[in-house]
Amino acid sequence: MSAPNTPVSAAGAATEEAPLTATAAANVPSTQATESGRSFLPASTLLRHLVTVLLAIVGSVILLEITDPFTNSQLAQLSYYAIAAGGLTVLTGLNGQISLGHGALMAVGAYTTALFLQADEPVALPLILLVSVLTATVVGALVGVAAARLHGPYLAGATLALAVGLPGLAIYFHDTLGGEQGLRVRAPQPPDLFKEFIGWVSGNSATGTKWLAYVGAICLILTYFLLANLVRSRIGRTWRAVRDQEVAAELAGINLGAWRVLAFTVSAAAAGLAGGVLALVIRLAAPSGFTLVLSLSLLTAIVLGGLGSLLGALLGSALLVFLPPFVTDLGADLGLDNTEAAQLAPFVYGVVLIVAMIFAPAGFVGTVRLRWLTYRAKQRAAAARSSSGG
Amino acid sequence: MSEPHGSTAVSAGSGTAPGTALLQVQGLTSAYGPVRALDGVTLDAEAGRITAVLGANGAGKTTLLRTISGLVRPQAGKVLLDGEDITRSAVEAMVSKGMAHVPEGRGVIAELTVDENLRVGSLFRGKVGKDEYDRVYDIFPRIAERRNNAAHTLSGGERQMLVIGRALLAQPRILLLDEPSLGLAPRIVAQIFGLLRQLVDREGLSVLLVEQNARSALSVADVGIVLNLGKVVVTDQARTLMADEGLRHAYLGF
Amino acid sequence: MQQFINITLSGLVEGMIYAAFALALVLIWRSTRIVNFAQGAMAAATAFIALALIDAGQSYWVALIVALVSGFVLGAIVERVIIRPVEGGPELNAVIVTLGLFVAIQALIAIVFGSAFQSFPTPFGVRGFEVGDTTIALTPTSLYIIGSVLITMALLVALFRFTRVGLAMRASAFGQEVARLLGVRVGRMLTLGWALAAVVGSLSGLLIAGGEFIYPAYMDSLIVFGFVAAVLGGLDSPVGAIVGGLLLGLALSYVSGYLPRGSALVNVAALVILMVVLLVRPGGLFASSVARRA
Repeated sequence: MSAPNTPVSAAGAATEEAPLTATAAANVPSTQATESGRSFLPASTLLRHLVTVLLAIVGSVILLEITDPFTNSQLAQLSYYAIAAGGLTVLTGLNGQISLGHGALMAVGAYTTALFLQADEPVALPLILLVSVLTATVVGALVGVAAARLHGPYLAGATLALAVGLPGLAIYFHDTLGGEQGLRVRAPQPPDLFKEFIGWVSGNSATGTKWLAYVGAICLILTYFLLANLVRSRIGRTWRAVRDQEVAAELAGINLGAWRVLAFTVSAAAAGLAGGVLALVIRLAAPSGFTLVLSLSLLTAIVLGGLGSLLGALLGSALLVFLPPFVTDLGADLGLDNTEAAQLAPFVYGVVLIVAMIFAPAGFVGTVRLRWLTYRAKQRAAAARSSSGG
Repeated sequence: MSEPHGSTAVSAGSGTAPGTALLQVQGLTSAYGPVRALDGVTLDAEAGRITAVLGANGAGKTTLLRTISGLVRPQAGKVLLDGEDITRSAVEAMVSKGMAHVPEGRGVIAELTVDENLRVGSLFRGKVGKDEYDRVYDIFPRIAERRNNAAHTLSGGERQMLVIGRALLAQPRILLLDEPSLGLAPRIVAQIFGLLRQLVDREGLSVLLVEQNARSALSVADVGIVLNLGKVVVTDQARTLMADEGLRHAYLGF
Repeated sequence: MQQFINITLSGLVEGMIYAAFALALVLIWRSTRIVNFAQGAMAAATAFIALALIDAGQSYWVALIVALVSGFVLGAIVERVIIRPVEGGPELNAVIVTLGLFVAIQALIAIVFGSAFQSFPTPFGVRGFEVGDTTIALTPTSLYIIGSVLITMALLVALFRFTRVGLAMRASAFGQEVARLLGVRVGRMLTLGWALAAVVGSLSGLLIAGGEFIYPAYMDSLIVFGFVAAVLGGLDSPVGAIVGGLLLGLALSYVSGYLPRGSALVNVAALVILMVVLLVRPGGLFASSVARRA
């Protein structure tokens, strides 16, 4: 019987045509980072990310102003899924750790935001979100210390216990956290500056929904900017080393545990922010909002997008938002009642997870990237052959 | 060491006359990814003989056995057992065709007891009489004492005896042995090879032995085959190879 | 004192169910090095099948047997079709596949049987026996639970110890390649192992449902408790899983019985116990080795 002693042992599969590993896609960025010359974006990583941020801001404004209020609220939903999925994909894709507990970490962020907004004179929103991030970071660090020594099924089981167990605290501390009913969230009003800005850009009415969609977009762009830089930095490379070459990394003097804890903490911070945004957008923090299905949906998003890829996490999150209405309508057409049809989306997530793992473990983005890189490598090899031969 | 008695209980005998080719390997080629481990290997293992395949680490010896028994699928070539083409047969079916493969690292199932290990070896035959187990214990009295102990408590030599005994319970026509001497004291190696010789001489068992320890292997084998980088370099009588100093220095390291 | 006895008794009865569920997880872990996170959902599916039969007028016992048989079939199909392609691959892939199965089956239950709470019958009474003039927390149903779990365990022991199939299954679990070389049809044994584990899981799902309400996610807590119990016992050891299940049952019963509003804390307590075990004795309570790398 094989006794795998590294979590994702065959993860160096980026150069093979058919990657075996779920995290194969995560190897690609490191390959790509060294060959930025061909891109139309600047060569410096930081500069390139800044340009991307600018484009993302402009794109968000255009997207939010040309779409109707309902789509605005869907995009707000997308932002909190994508923030959490971004953190999770860094953890799972780069560091090789799985977490089913990110729903619970989002709950930490959401309850923190809800509690702070209950004050008669709540402090400024950015501050509230920052505190939510910090709270989730602390909880994440605690979990991370335990998680650092585990991997694979053990880690999955432990974080599963977290996802099932933590919402129970909201029921236990009924008086503060509102029990089953949860806490209603009084979403802050859009500031005047925002109204002026919207009036100047598009002339649309600057509703509360629109404001929250912008808050979500800003948080999303900020999070991805920070994560993308982290991934490309020495820290990101060390994470990949910890994942792929556990023994070698340890021999090279890398403290595996500390790096795993760091990854979990960073990832928890993102989940906390996502939770805060979620509380604002759905105006409620309740145990029913943070079921196991939430954690598993996030997992679906990052698996589908390709573990380790932020773009993949974003696309996967878009699926979480836009697929349910679509399949629910489909179910209704097939004669299912509303509650039954609502279950079609999780059913699809489950099937997608299975099918993706069996047929395309590198995920959607990862598979496309690998094909592209393989193609490029072949082209280059052919070119080298013909030039040396001629 | 107790005298083996009764000649048919352990080894069924091949029914093939001694000296004729029982196992034929023809142009066998196999690879792990881009690395070609076997490159057109052709050899015969004769009935009632010990055929030793020798060569350095990485010569392809283990891959040869694994490809013969179907654990590795060949890219080209054929394996015939007593004339029957078994190249594409399932691994699980090999033992009932009369081929027992004792893998590298001996293949004791550590969590089971000695007795259970033996019983696994005869599972495919349905019910097997107690006398057959007793005979294996007669041949290897050292493991008889430990029959109810977990197999992971055995020493290396005892493990080797256990897996050979287990293979015998399958009543094989040919026994494939992968590095039986690995990690054993010379005295134990001599004892095990001596037993092997007896089984071949008295009961008509045929053995295809893969060994890095060429000196010991040639001392017990009838025929020696030297493998280098996946290709057969020499096939000859073991005695002749033993005498060829140049060959020994070049390929066998003694 | 009487309260202590009652809390202990109900803890032991619950613990029997956790033990059975943990045992099912261990059976699969031993043979394929996979933790089947879909086990709870699979068991829930069979419980809903049983309930549909009972609602259609069949007796509890017919429903029980059909549920266990469908568990067997479901387990076999799952292993053969979904798990086989990821067996022996990276462990993360297998984890994700069982999680996907978990979500898919749970959603499918809701689509087919609805999401509402439905009451599940028990064939025996739920009134405690009377000792002297006090009623203790031991009911005919709890005797049924204890009895059926003990019988199941005895049957499993008999299968693994005394039958040729049991030996072949153990050989396949501990030495896949060697077993194949010895002519054991390892693939079939693994399928059989998953099928049997699903039967045991299904039994625990029906037992915990008895006299309670079921809904698609009703096994979510049990999958956590079963996992914690299995880890307590070392994840590799069937005996450990049973002892771990009983210990966890007791511990959670004390939490819910003695702490104010403790029933809300049961899941949190399971989390805390798991964390402590994984940090202090990662090999389980009975392990001699400390490191857990696989």
